[in-house]
Amino acid sequence: MARQVNRMSAFNVTSLALGLAFLYLPIVILVIYSFNASRLVTVWGGWSLRWYFEFFNDRAMLDAAWMSLRVAAVSATIATLLGTLAAVGLARGERFRGRALFSGMLYAPLVMPEVISGLSLLLLFVALNAERGFWTVTIAHTTLTMCFVTVVVQSRLASLDRSLEEAAMDLGCNPVQAFIRVTLPLIVPAIAAGWMLAFTLSLDDVVIASFTTGPGSATLPIRIYSEVRLGVKPEINAICTMVIALIAVLIVIASLASKLSSTQGESAAPL
Amino acid sequence: MTAQANGKTGESPEIDTAKIDSAVAQAMPARSADDMPLLRIEGVSKKFGTFPAVDGLSLDIRTGEFFALLGPSGCGKTTLLRMLAGFETPDEGRILLGGRDIAPVLPHERPVNMMFQNYALFPHLSVRDNIAFGLKRAGMARAAIDTRVAEMVALVKLDGMEKRKPDQLSGGQKQRVALARSLARRPKVLLLDEPLAALDKKLRESTQLELMELQRRLGMTFIVVTHDQEEAMTMANRIGVMDAGRLQQVATPRDLYEAPASRWVAEFVGDVNLFNGDVTSRDHRRLTIATRDGGAIVVSEPREPVTRTVVSVAIRPEKVKMSRRGPAPDAAGSQAINRLEGVVADVSYLGGSTVYKVKLDSGAVVRSSVANTARFDTDTYDAGQRVVAWFTPDDCVVLER
Repeated sequence: MARQVNRMSAFNVTSLALGLAFLYLPIVILVIYSFNASRLVTVWGGWSLRWYFEFFNDRAMLDAAWMSLRVAAVSATIATLLGTLAAVGLARGERFRGRALFSGMLYAPLVMPEVISGLSLLLLFVALNAERGFWTVTIAHTTLTMCFVTVVVQSRLASLDRSLEEAAMDLGCNPVQAFIRVTLPLIVPAIAAGWMLAFTLSLDDVVIASFTTGPGSATLPIRIYSEVRLGVKPEINAICTMVIALIAVLIVIASLASKLSSTQGESAAPL
Repeated sequence: MTAQANGKTGESPEIDTAKIDSAVAQAMPARSADDMPLLRIEGVSKKFGTFPAVDGLSLDIRTGEFFALLGPSGCGKTTLLRMLAGFETPDEGRILLGGRDIAPVLPHERPVNMMFQNYALFPHLSVRDNIAFGLKRAGMARAAIDTRVAEMVALVKLDGMEKRKPDQLSGGQKQRVALARSLARRPKVLLLDEPLAALDKKLRESTQLELMELQRRLGMTFIVVTHDQEEAMTMANRIGVMDAGRLQQVATPRDLYEAPASRWVAEFVGDVNLFNGDVTSRDHRRLTIATRDGGAIVVSEPREPVTRTVVSVAIRPEKVKMSRRGPAPDAAGSQAINRLEGVVADVSYLGGSTVYKVKLDSGAVVRSSVANTARFDTDTYDAGQRVVAWFTPDDCVVLER
């Protein structure tokens, strides 16, 4: 919406309201029902925090949540490290042979159906005879999220004036020092945004996790999915509300970081 | 010597002596370093793909010179500057700084600093830290850095701005920070890539004078790249005009304007009237040239005798005088005077001067620039008026290329 439009027509208001309702009504209902005192999911029985306490007493759920957080944190960190290196290689490296192929291959997971990624990873782990559990899910999530980090960091690098690095070298930095002292501080917000993006992607993935996880190492989404199949408990609503809150906070931080990053120096990095 | 193959023979005295010097230097490698110019560029070439950006270029620059590389965009001047800074490696040739070949030396190890066109200030660092950046890398002591930064801040008149970030500065202030940062390491040569291009006209003019003053005070060697001929003329001791990767002429601003080496230089630097023709007769240091558009034009024989018969005559517009009936016989002494008759086709009043376009009877157009020395000038001409445009043989430059 343009800032100078201070009055919106009735049509605009209606379409906006319908659009937002379409997107957020289910979530709002879920959040409201998470505070429902009633045991039945669809019957309103007054406000209560009961299901939140229920969750914190549910050992299996807590384990799954802890598992998810650890997988998300570790896979996001590895993905950020590898994704940033790939972005630097693509944006700053010499024009090596097969560069286009490499960048195409890097972005393939963005459009690859998750079922296929999951299945192929499962086949790999089976072939390697790897015991499925924390590390297999983590590796799978790293491959899923790395390309997102690369996209974010690479767009920031592309908008960064190359003469900044040249100026650093002119003033006595070797190429590595120039990267550490000038480039890195300027792309840190984009790297942080990439990490948070990877973290949230890992946190809400069901498909790939269900292929690559093993017994006793269910992530939260898998746990919720299997619980729901036996019937929706109001506790699920409470868990989902907390996950939504966590992700919302991370997304806001990520977009703020990206905005901060783009105000420093050249043109804006899209996120 | 690759420079010989450039077809640049007989260009200007500077180039010729440089060639002799370098030939002597090669013949006698034991010559002391004192006789060497500070910077010697020897047959340097650089290709991007198949495009020759710099093509077998040779140039000497002396200590304390303010040298300008002038040329249209894409002429290779920035590529040459980047080779001096170390961001590009020459495909051929040598770059000697104080007698040492620096072509293989990496940018961070060269005693040369560059001021970038868009300044390239580090946005995450304050003004102070930007200026101190190169000093820290040089391993200078903290106290010494503080002293040097204070000195630089005072030099470029940025007192009180030390804690600001680049995005809190105006264009002119950014330019000063960039200058201070590149001067802080006291380089042997300072390279300036279009240093004033981002400033508006008024600021640019005052900054030109400040740069000259600074260069004289520090006694440092400045090499500036610019496409703005007025800027080059104002600031530089010597100007190298570049086109298509080669130096077309290296000369002082005055020689460049009054004695251009070729048609291209005459047309690139300032405004010029050009007539093509053949040398028909020669007597008493006077040549008569039969031109297609201006009839017979009498010119003074240049210092170096004209060898070709097909030549061009160049006359700057301010050397072309105007009158209603032609000059009085004693107007220019006993000199033969060239008269071109025609009709005023266009009048442009520019404030300080008025430019008349006179359409000659042959159809060619001659431009005459007349200084407006009085507020109420009675001696003006209107479009459609029949006039005589005249100039003396000394006003003409004969160009063989």
